[in-house]
Amino acid sequence: MTDAPATEKKKSGAKLLPRLLGYILRNWQLAVPALACSLVSNYLALLGPRYLGEAIDAIDAAGGVQLNVVWDCFWRMLLCYGCSAVLAYLLTFLMVHISQRITYRMRKQLFETLTTLPVSYFDTHPTGDIVSRISYDIDTVNSTLSTDLVQILTSLYTVIGSLYFMVRISPPMLLVFAVTVPISILFTRLKAKKLQPLFRKRSRKLGELNGYAEEMLSGAKTIGAYHRAETVTGQFDERNSDAVNAYYDADYFGSIIGPSVNFINNLSLSLVMIFGGILFLLSRNGTVSEASIWFLTPGGIAQFVMYSRKFAGPINEFANIISEFQSAFTAAERIFRIIDETPEAPDRENASALTDPRGDVALRNVFFGYTPEKTILHDLSFAARPGQTVAIVGPTGAGKTTIINLLMRFYDADAGEITVDGTEVRDLTRDSLRLAYTMVLQDTWLFYGTIFENITYGREGATMEEVVAAAKTAGIHTFIERLPEGYQTILSDDGVNISKGQKQLLTIARAMLPASRMLILDEATSNVDSRTEKKIQEAMAALMQGRTCFVIAHRLSTIQNADLILVVRDGDVIERGTHEELLKQGGFYASLYHSQFS
Amino acid sequence: MKFIFRYLRPYAKGMLLGFSIKCFGTLIELALPYILSHIVDDVVPKDGRLWMILLWGGAMVLCALLAMLANVKANRMASRVARDGAERIRHDLFHRTMTLSASQIDAFTIPSLEARITTDTYNVHSFIGQMQRLGVRAPLLLIGGIFVTLIMDPFLSLIMLAIMPMIFGAVYLVSRCGARLYTAVQRSVDGMIRVVREDAQGIRVIKALSRVDREHERYDAVNRRLIRAEKRASLTMGFVNPVMNLLMNLGITFVVLLGAYRVIGGQTEPGRIIAFTQYFTMISNATLSVTRIFMIYTKSSASARRIAEVVDAPKDLAVRPESEFPPREGESFLVFDDVSFSYIPGKTLLQNLSFSIEKGQTLGIIGSTGSGKTTLTHLLMRFYDVNGGSVRIGGKDVRTIPEETLHSLFGVAMQNDFLYADTIRENIRFGRDLTDEAIVRAARIAQADSFISALPDGYDHVLAQKGANLSGGQKQRLLIARALAANPEILILDDSSSALDYRTDANLRLAIAKEVTGVTSVIVAQRVSSVMNADLILVLEEGRLIGAGTHAELLEHCEVYKEISDSQMGGAILD
Repeated sequence: MTDAPATEKKKSGAKLLPRLLGYILRNWQLAVPALACSLVSNYLALLGPRYLGEAIDAIDAAGGVQLNVVWDCFWRMLLCYGCSAVLAYLLTFLMVHISQRITYRMRKQLFETLTTLPVSYFDTHPTGDIVSRISYDIDTVNSTLSTDLVQILTSLYTVIGSLYFMVRISPPMLLVFAVTVPISILFTRLKAKKLQPLFRKRSRKLGELNGYAEEMLSGAKTIGAYHRAETVTGQFDERNSDAVNAYYDADYFGSIIGPSVNFINNLSLSLVMIFGGILFLLSRNGTVSEASIWFLTPGGIAQFVMYSRKFAGPINEFANIISEFQSAFTAAERIFRIIDETPEAPDRENASALTDPRGDVALRNVFFGYTPEKTILHDLSFAARPGQTVAIVGPTGAGKTTIINLLMRFYDADAGEITVDGTEVRDLTRDSLRLAYTMVLQDTWLFYGTIFENITYGREGATMEEVVAAAKTAGIHTFIERLPEGYQTILSDDGVNISKGQKQLLTIARAMLPASRMLILDEATSNVDSRTEKKIQEAMAALMQGRTCFVIAHRLSTIQNADLILVVRDGDVIERGTHEELLKQGGFYASLYHSQFS
Repeated sequence: MKFIFRYLRPYAKGMLLGFSIKCFGTLIELALPYILSHIVDDVVPKDGRLWMILLWGGAMVLCALLAMLANVKANRMASRVARDGAERIRHDLFHRTMTLSASQIDAFTIPSLEARITTDTYNVHSFIGQMQRLGVRAPLLLIGGIFVTLIMDPFLSLIMLAIMPMIFGAVYLVSRCGARLYTAVQRSVDGMIRVVREDAQGIRVIKALSRVDREHERYDAVNRRLIRAEKRASLTMGFVNPVMNLLMNLGITFVVLLGAYRVIGGQTEPGRIIAFTQYFTMISNATLSVTRIFMIYTKSSASARRIAEVVDAPKDLAVRPESEFPPREGESFLVFDDVSFSYIPGKTLLQNLSFSIEKGQTLGIIGSTGSGKTTLTHLLMRFYDVNGGSVRIGGKDVRTIPEETLHSLFGVAMQNDFLYADTIRENIRFGRDLTDEAIVRAARIAQADSFISALPDGYDHVLAQKGANLSGGQKQRLLIARALAANPEILILDDSSSALDYRTDANLRLAIAKEVTGVTSVIVAQRVSSVMNADLILVLEEGRLIGAGTHAELLEHCEVYKEISDSQMGGAILD
């Protein structure tokens, strides 16, 4: 819902390319030497065949082998190839550094943008998608920037360079390429057009197969219980055969590629030999003079063959590189879409920090919707005096969590005002406002780290004694003590067997530490079974003592003692009052309350 | 690898033919540089006839064409073998996976099984194809190339023989190193992804506590670590190309130098040197391919081993003879007789559990999480074997009943059970031979018919994976309908009505009692109201039976039960 229409618009490669090049230009201190390395290294690699040709001519010279020329060429070739290899590695070295700097920067930008986005972004965008952008897409862009860009530059250079050398050896022989280059281009175009859909289909079918296997595996025990292995395998077989056939189709067409590229190379070799052989023959029997462009030596043929290989390489690769660029652009677009998201509006310039609040919270005529078209809260007003407890009840989707979002300023109201101690929240800094609240949510969020770190997350610098005291009050101390590593146990998805209820108790312990004046409990005990809940009620009472509390709960027993109960339905407060008052009213709340006894 | 060959045996004939065609194509390709040297050394200087050049040149084109055709044909045959082999391997693997016993699944773990079906079979598939393609061509080019050069000029080919092991060694070494470094990269990637995933999920908490800066630091640390790992891996792998090219070019340089001396000595001709440079490129590339085959081989043999582990896993939970566990006459329908069980040896989960109920009665089980309620139902269905005592149905020990007969007795709805991306109808039918009437009837009893009918396409409504487009209560009602649909003799509902509001839950119990006659029910629940009408209620705590009886009896005698019951009064669910 935060996607502005403008960012939805497809960005063209023309706009993306300068932006991507910008990342490279930031590292010009590395990029310029890299370019130099690439040019020199390729120049040296191109010189090699020239000396080879000279050496062969010296061997084949009319007056016998000219050994001094051969030695001369030998040293030069050694030098050229040696230097070329060193420079090539230097180039790799530089490019790896450039690319890692770019990757580091992109990942950092992406992540830091993420943390400034409104929380709803994470409700509407699956985590898996975000993860794939920050890992897979960045890798794709980066490999194109670092590898393919250099490859294009150098291969352009190689193509032109080898063309130049070939012209110097024998211009007429270039006619060979009039045959092979069009074949090669036609072939690569055909390949790109035919093969890519086949490869896409292959990945899609494999994805479907994997998805099916994943889904069925998650139900393996149920399938066992109903004895349905045969049926499921039958359905798996259909997808399996689809997948292997898609693989086969791609392979079937793909099997042409290797041999065909070889064929084009071999064809070009054969034509060079036929044509070169004829020219060599004419040159040898004197029909063609040494000064003529038709003149050719065996060394010339050898050189020409080597250059023609260098020439053909990039041309064969060209289509591949183009398609890699296309996928890099798609990936870049996905990355920039996050980086260009509108972040939360910054604090007002004259915003003051909320210090030592009393906890007097009021909402007056608040309207709010996540999108302009759909208003969720209509004209909401209520107030909580310091130390009071306000309970918000109602069916899922009624807007309970939205109220919390406004209190915490994850969003700003569209109209009306929200005040803390009489100050409009927009005139307060976000950090100080948020720190004035303590929040315990239904989603028990713990991160990879020790139990101690997880509990002190709310207040860094808390001592072990304080942590233990908090854990004891939350009723989780005994459990932690029983773990082999105690408070130093690392919490991870696959490690310790810790139940949902225990996780929730840990987040309650975490909430015990900060000395904030306001408390938000959003279904805070929904994962705890009813007996345990009873046990930690004291802890919850201690937590709520002396604080202004906002409680969302779906068990009525948790909210009976609230000073004010708001019954919310479709964004409207339909009933308000204390437990007794509401029962007396005999409305929605009362009917729900009585249903459990019927 | 033996495992793969077992699956390829049926295709041996075709593979042999493919190999022969491949050999033919490769050998023809080897002839090209030979003809080339013939043209330069013999045809042009000695013969000098134009049409002879054309003839030999034409022969080269023909060879190139034949080589292409042969290679394409052989590649296609290889793809077919790979397809058929992979299909059968994957079929057997999946089928075996689906028939593994629960404890075997636990031992392999689901993610690992998933990786075996997806990644490992893919590796094996591409290996079978590549092995046939590269596995013939590369070694043949290598050996053939060496052989031809030895005939052309044994002395010059010594250079090649000296360089080749260096190329192979260098590339192999670097790649081995690289593989290890890339594993390290993967680990760092996992670390980075974990932070992103965690923070995306915990963004509210992070912002609420104003800890964004700390998260930036945390991310920066993993980002840097990843960059370091990537750098190390790329810098190592970056050696391959320059080293490879350098060695190849060095070889060619030495060939020219030594060739010069050979020409002086009259032992060779200039054309041979040109041909040699051709062979050199060919052989170097072949060396590279052989190295690659080595790497692929290592990777795929690991995959093949992982697949074989599952496919060849021994049959677990075999049917035991009645002589070992003799049937008993005239006892209750469901009997747990002094049952003890543990998933992990030494950590007993259920201890000396005994109870029985009659046919058509209802058993309720209640207790806190981890008390062994679900395990009890698993033992009844024989997902696992008991460690002591026995579980009997109709007098027969479950270990003596064939799996299919045993499982056909049950209708089960487990906790967070399995719904999949298909129509509602199919999710209830679950591949069984059931009429539409039976499905609708089951849905009606399960209180699901009303919400299904309200959907635009009713029973043909397609669910998202895991039924994500349904609410928790709707999912549970579908699962219960599935359990009821085949008129089972024993109905097991494991915490499968927890998301229903009190009214629906009550209606559900009423409908089952009224419409499903003769069924014996086992109901596991957290809520007292779900089990309070059962004929026998078991209260479990840490694997021990701490109370058994009817609701009224337990309220009087069982402290824990009373406590649970009290804590739930006034606990109406507001959803």
